[in-house]
Amino acid sequence: METERGNWTSMNPNGIRRNLATNDRPKRGVPEGLWRQCPQCKSTIFTKEAAARFNVCPECDYHFYLPAKERIQQLLDQDSFEEWFTELRPTDPLGFKDHREYSKRLISEQAKTGMHDAAVVGKGFIRGRPVVLGVTDFAFMAGSMGSVVGEKLTRAIEEAIRLKLPLIFVSGSGGGARMQEGILSLMQMAKVSAALARYDSAGGLYISILTNPTMGGVAASWAGLGDVILAEPGALIGFAGKRTIWNTVRLELPKGFQTSEFLLQHGLIDRIVPRKDLRTELARIVDYCERQRRRAPCSVDDHGNRTSEPFQLF
Amino acid sequence: MAKLVLPFEKSIYQMEETLAELEAKSPGQADDAIRAMRRELVSLKKSIYSKLDPWQTIQVARHPDRPHTLDYINLIFEEFVELHGDRAIGDDRAIRCGFARLGDYRVMLVGQEKGRTLQERTACFYGCAHPEGYRKALRCMKLAAKFGLPVICLIDTPGAFPGIGAEERGQAQLIATNLLEMSRTPTPIVCVVIGEGGSGGALGIGVGDRVSMLEHAYYSVISPEGCAGILWKEANEQTKPLAAEALKLTAKHLLSLGVIDEIIPEPIGGAHRDHREMANTLKSYLVRSIRELRQLNSDELLEGRYQKFRKMGVFLTETAAT
Repeated sequence: METERGNWTSMNPNGIRRNLATNDRPKRGVPEGLWRQCPQCKSTIFTKEAAARFNVCPECDYHFYLPAKERIQQLLDQDSFEEWFTELRPTDPLGFKDHREYSKRLISEQAKTGMHDAAVVGKGFIRGRPVVLGVTDFAFMAGSMGSVVGEKLTRAIEEAIRLKLPLIFVSGSGGGARMQEGILSLMQMAKVSAALARYDSAGGLYISILTNPTMGGVAASWAGLGDVILAEPGALIGFAGKRTIWNTVRLELPKGFQTSEFLLQHGLIDRIVPRKDLRTELARIVDYCERQRRRAPCSVDDHGNRTSEPFQLF
Repeated sequence: MAKLVLPFEKSIYQMEETLAELEAKSPGQADDAIRAMRRELVSLKKSIYSKLDPWQTIQVARHPDRPHTLDYINLIFEEFVELHGDRAIGDDRAIRCGFARLGDYRVMLVGQEKGRTLQERTACFYGCAHPEGYRKALRCMKLAAKFGLPVICLIDTPGAFPGIGAEERGQAQLIATNLLEMSRTPTPIVCVVIGEGGSGGALGIGVGDRVSMLEHAYYSVISPEGCAGILWKEANEQTKPLAAEALKLTAKHLLSLGVIDEIIPEPIGGAHRDHREMANTLKSYLVRSIRELRQLNSDELLEGRYQKFRKMGVFLTETAAT
């Protein structure tokens, strides 16, 4: 298992050192090593100390980027996650090429992150409550949604309908719809939203958790459609990028524009929840929305084995 | 407003001028030279317009004389009863909604309008809708579904408006809601991209049983300017055509990717040259689509619509996944 949590640029989740011969540029703003600087309060902090606090700055509570694997570890009961649809792989349907070919970019992103694409979906337990969970990881092409992300999320929703389980998606998608897959990425917005419509009609509970950043086509589809929408503090959330807005309206943007707090103030999200409290809040919301509770939530022993049967949500 | 001549259209306009001079010399009759030139002109238009590159297509799609929603309202529909306002904040002029008569059918029309004069363009933000517009569109579609009226969506927008107010009022969530609700609105929905299909702003009224495009329209996940600015670091005259090429955003590409159902042919030389002919072609497409869709009951309709979008996307499946 991975031990060094914060040091994700030089290690992929499998612990394989990145091949330094390739011309991967390091991710902006994330220094490697034992110490890191908080982008908000600028204080230098011990990586392990932040990691012990859910990757949150001990000085100012800035929420650092969290890889999908760690997010899942934080939210779910220990070792309860069963990953689904790992067989899906991205391809290059348009033959897209800018300075680099998309197909080559995919390979280097896969090597860098150890993921096949930006989304991880599956089933797990939150304090004994079974849920379907999907997470997008900002490290993989800015967490943007292409065909694989759309397909994985859609299949997860369909499974949630079949299994009658609550659904939780965590978005960390600064890229919105992935432009390297062109119009097909745009259509993933419609595809996932249509699946969510079916899930909604079936009576399922969908909780959307917005993390830094959630923009563009992701904000304008599944991330914005939760029955309950939670956000981490200080996350950047919005439709158009700040530069696009500036280029269009040429007005100074208000302070804290497009942050979680801004969205809460404008009535667009339900709650801002610090990372350390997310698990508790999710469990609580699931309990409130559960309509016909037949049994007590099942409990799980230290090895992730269920010691009683789960209840059904709907 | 001076007539806009696109760079690749110059030879057409030159030949038209020469032809007009010739015709002026011998009014009322056409000699062999004139007839030959007319034939040549048609074949010139055909040859230029049959192989437009993506960047040229975008220029045609944005042509100021290209017919807009209001033109089609005048030319296609016998009656239009506009319905204003989103019942919450205001009336977005970038999206026009209302009851309309299409031949024998009564329908709900939802169309994006860019405006033609400077005043109109400012009033509807050059076709960029705010959250109010999407909310209005959805309420009108729900009204249509309640009374069994088919919905026609005419898409023509550079994108949803990127502004402070739009963000404050939840642009992303309003578009998201439209995607979700349109996928389950139990009435036939026919969407046609008539000019620009700009990203989420277009898709926000673009989920339907039939989605088609006019021949020289484009539909893209991001504007070529935006794409060039991000991937080529700068949007200029060199990078914009490259981005347009890479994004595969023309009607032909979208048809081959399975995203649209049909390409609706434009008059020779583009829709901006003959509004009436374009309107007739579009009208017959709309009538035919609604006639076909009305044969289906609402379960079949919604299942078909779900499966239509469900199968979109291209990916590989690793058989020996670990």
